[in-house]
Amino acid sequence: MTDRRSIAVVTAGLSEDASTTRLARAVGQAASDAVVRGGGQEPEVRLVTLRDIAHGITDAMLTGMVPEPVQAAMDAVLTADALVAATPTYKASYSGLFKEFFDLFDEGALENLPTVVAATGGSPRHSLVLDTALRPLMSYLKALTLPIGVYAATEDWADASLQSRIERAGAALAGMLDAGNRGLAASSAPARPAREVRDEFATVPDFADLLASVQR
Amino acid sequence: MQLGIFTIGDVTTDPTTGKTPTEHERIKATVAMAKKAEELGMDVFATGQHHNPPFAAPANPPVLMGAVAAQTENIQLSTATTLITTTDPVRIAEDYAYAQHLADGRVDLTLGRGNTGPVYPWFGKDIRQGIPLAVENYQLLHKLWREENVNFSGRFRTPLQGFTATPRPMDDVPPFVWHGSIRSPEIPEQAAFYGDGFFHNNIFWNKEHTERMVAFYRQRYEYYGHGSADQAIVGLGGQVFMAKNSQDAVRQFRPYFDNAPVYGHGPSLESFMEQTPLTVGSPQQVIERTLSFRDYAGDYQRQLFLVDHAGLPLKTVLEQMDMLGEEVFPVLRKEFDALRPAHVPQAPTHESLVARHLAGKDPIPGGGPDSQAAKDRAAKAEAAEAAQQDSKK
Repeated sequence: MTDRRSIAVVTAGLSEDASTTRLARAVGQAASDAVVRGGGQEPEVRLVTLRDIAHGITDAMLTGMVPEPVQAAMDAVLTADALVAATPTYKASYSGLFKEFFDLFDEGALENLPTVVAATGGSPRHSLVLDTALRPLMSYLKALTLPIGVYAATEDWADASLQSRIERAGAALAGMLDAGNRGLAASSAPARPAREVRDEFATVPDFADLLASVQR
Repeated sequence: MQLGIFTIGDVTTDPTTGKTPTEHERIKATVAMAKKAEELGMDVFATGQHHNPPFAAPANPPVLMGAVAAQTENIQLSTATTLITTTDPVRIAEDYAYAQHLADGRVDLTLGRGNTGPVYPWFGKDIRQGIPLAVENYQLLHKLWREENVNFSGRFRTPLQGFTATPRPMDDVPPFVWHGSIRSPEIPEQAAFYGDGFFHNNIFWNKEHTERMVAFYRQRYEYYGHGSADQAIVGLGGQVFMAKNSQDAVRQFRPYFDNAPVYGHGPSLESFMEQTPLTVGSPQQVIERTLSFRDYAGDYQRQLFLVDHAGLPLKTVLEQMDMLGEEVFPVLRKEFDALRPAHVPQAPTHESLVARHLAGKDPIPGGGPDSQAAKDRAAKAEAAEAAQQDSKK
């Protein structure tokens, strides 16, 4: 592998030592470790802590103007080769902050981005939040959400199986990173376009074509 | 350099007194502002167009333009903006031409698509067709102002056969058109295609976006052969609040900022000032900040300021206008004009447009034969023909 890959790790954990952030980092680390084990270059893991930019996210929502630190966080995701998206479970869903961040992205901005969804909760009874809330959101954004996600209830932090689930998810994500999109190309999914921030000025139709489109 | 003010006509409660002006008070205050602008020797007064509360801007700006025209002699009347998507282009052609006659040519307009979703369905349109509506409606407007006995058939409007918009534009020269857009590059493309002006409201967005939109318009203006990129006609908005010393300005404006429509209850005044062209401070600070717009927009032709929103009472607005007219504009006019190279034109006026028309130099939509656009079109047509010949063989 030539280019160094990058993994964006988005966490909506709120406290200093949030278990959500702990889980998100662990999945990112597991993916990185799996890449290294497979002989690849250690990927760049970019931690995006939404708590730090929560005010900016709200300002962007209210004014449509994205403050620099929020733009940097969005760019970290937009230019990454893979994504770990982690949220605490609030009222049977992702947290408002988590949703608000992803609301800022343009339609299709995460198209085919290999993604592992992760969530924490106070009780194992919420474990389907991955499938009822996170997956539909990521599907809407057209991310390539892996079948394996990680849910951690409070009690799981004393259970060795959590680490093995984290490692399985990390290995799955590493598999998507490995040798570019070869894994993808082998399947029916289209190869993911280069994750460059889209230049909307490069694709403005010539005005004659715009005129032709309204002629009848 | 044309310097002036623009209003969006918001009826907003003054957060410091709890008083909300009536629509009648707001409308009369708007006329008072226009008269004050004339008295102060400002160059432009521009009004918005609105169809919903809490705005008391005219649903058809020529109504206000006509009233102001009757009470002024010199000031140019414009819009910010005229809704090209949901207003019948036939009515735009006729009403603005009529206002142009009333004002002896002192009328131009800025076209915008509007950002209030429900206005589209209220007028029988689909917001997802915003760009195509702007394209088709302006194409028709452009024609109605330049041709008689127009035949037209489009996607969005009932067809016309042998239709002549009345009155004809004064001296056969239509009002100058600026195309306004905050972030859709199709609009500067449209402005460049026709050789019209481009206006960026420059208020709700960081300067990098304004810079890109203006640069794109300039580049396309040159491509369509209307002049070099630095000769394109650019207007910018801006937003200011002043006091003799800057701390007083910040103290007085903060409650209005914090409760303002659009950005109130969001970012702090300080961060908004940093991110956008909003300047709250002394007249000298406003002068310096405004001159810096030239660094990213190039030598431009029109600068309008928003001074009357967020519930500011008329008395305060008129004081702000005094400071603009007496302390800020004379310096800006002198500085901008001194910096502008000789080959960069001033903003068009009726007189300059009449002279251009008589000289046979009206811009050719899409570019005249010498433009790069025309050369590209010819090359494309040739390639298509060659391909057709090949396929016949």
